[in-house]
Amino acid sequence: MKLYFVRLVLVTMLATTLSFVQVLAQGNKFSTTSGVTRFSSETPLENINAENKKSQVILNSANGEIAIRMNMREFVFPNKLMQEHFNENYIESDKYPTATFSGKMDNAPDFSKDGQYDVSAKGKFTVHGVTKERTLKGKLKVEGEKITLSSNFEVPLTDHNIEVPQVVFVKIAQVIQVKADYVLTIRK
Amino acid sequence: MVCTTNLYAQDDLLNELSQQDSSGRVPVTATFKSTRVVNGHSVETMKKKHLDFRISHRFGRLNSGAYQFFGLDQATMRMGFEYGVTDDLMVGVGRSTSQKVYDFFGKYKVLKQSSGAGSIPVSVTLFGGTGVATVNKELEFQDKLYYSAQVLIARKFGERLSLQLSPTYLFRNRPETRGDEKLLLAVGIGGRYKLSKRVSLNGEYFYTAREKNTPTAPYYDSMSFGVDIETGGHVFQLHFTNSLGMIEKQFIGETAGTWGKGDIHYGFNISRTFSFDKKNKRPKSIEQ
Repeated sequence: MKLYFVRLVLVTMLATTLSFVQVLAQGNKFSTTSGVTRFSSETPLENINAENKKSQVILNSANGEIAIRMNMREFVFPNKLMQEHFNENYIESDKYPTATFSGKMDNAPDFSKDGQYDVSAKGKFTVHGVTKERTLKGKLKVEGEKITLSSNFEVPLTDHNIEVPQVVFVKIAQVIQVKADYVLTIRK
Repeated sequence: MVCTTNLYAQDDLLNELSQQDSSGRVPVTATFKSTRVVNGHSVETMKKKHLDFRISHRFGRLNSGAYQFFGLDQATMRMGFEYGVTDDLMVGVGRSTSQKVYDFFGKYKVLKQSSGAGSIPVSVTLFGGTGVATVNKELEFQDKLYYSAQVLIARKFGERLSLQLSPTYLFRNRPETRGDEKLLLAVGIGGRYKLSKRVSLNGEYFYTAREKNTPTAPYYDSMSFGVDIETGGHVFQLHFTNSLGMIEKQFIGETAGTWGKGDIHYGFNISRTFSFDKKNKRPKSIEQ
């Protein structure tokens, strides 16, 4: 009987701690499902641009953790044939439908104060099924319950096993420029 | 306890994102690389405001010997401008040197194969075409006309294999030979197998519902094999076929060669796509 009581107390304590941790971890989450991610391949012969307006981002202000996810098929190209080739031949969207980043800001600002901050997040960056440890730099602006996050970074194709064949009429850069603009609002 | 929570928290955030992703119906794309399997139309259409400029050549017969350089001395061609009005509707015009034919067609995607919730097993595209063979000036205008209609039904079986069935209706106001009927029904079966990301093997056979090689209608069924090579904005289709013509009237209705005797024509299609989508022309370039 006594043992049973001790167990009950222990379980109750554990449950309380867990829910407390959960509350802490929840903190304030900021998110969007309409983040804009653009990329461009620039060569002297041809510039190719594409845009994904449905990038999903979630940011936990309690600890500076951030996750980004986007469907590769949502990248829109001006030339639909290029879009088809992007999905079919380069990114292989059926096999690898998403690109993701999950990381943590090492210098997370105080999200309760308005202002603009330089931030960098270290974490796992996955494209074409290949995960790389990356530190991405960007700017973060806090305006009340709105957070604007922007970042420019580069993705070398070889890092992610994306092959560009020798004989292509369209020239594709070996390093792709990526620009992200995300406006996050507090998650209710 | 807290430590583990932290370790997995980032992945939890990602999981949260994947859960809110509504996994609706996902259309299957690129059943074929081009709007043609070899000679016949595929279920694919040009995307909205995209123009396909296409040049197709068929040479003479391989069995015509070294004197004719195995057929390469004789070439017939078709030049075509084919345009996507919407993502599902395309129209095209073409001119063939053989019989001096102007052809016009429209193609509409009725069903799109899709996976996910409410999936659709096949793609169905309707094709309708007509043409004027202007080679014989003596004929009345209506006698120069033909009409063709097809129901193209295709399925992409995984990444590599796609198959298509093409029931065909062909009506010639005045068939080329007296023994031939005005109405010709046929069914095509075609497919492609991807050898690599950019190269596929294509084949096509049209069965015609009529007696083959009669003295008054010396025609056979059309059979073609080819390779599609895709290089950025171009698709090259290289093939061997017993048909000389590149429009339905000619390759389904008037194939005079037979594989058995080596009446094989080498040919190619070159397709170049141009985008006229001004609105999307240049999404803002990336300024650093």
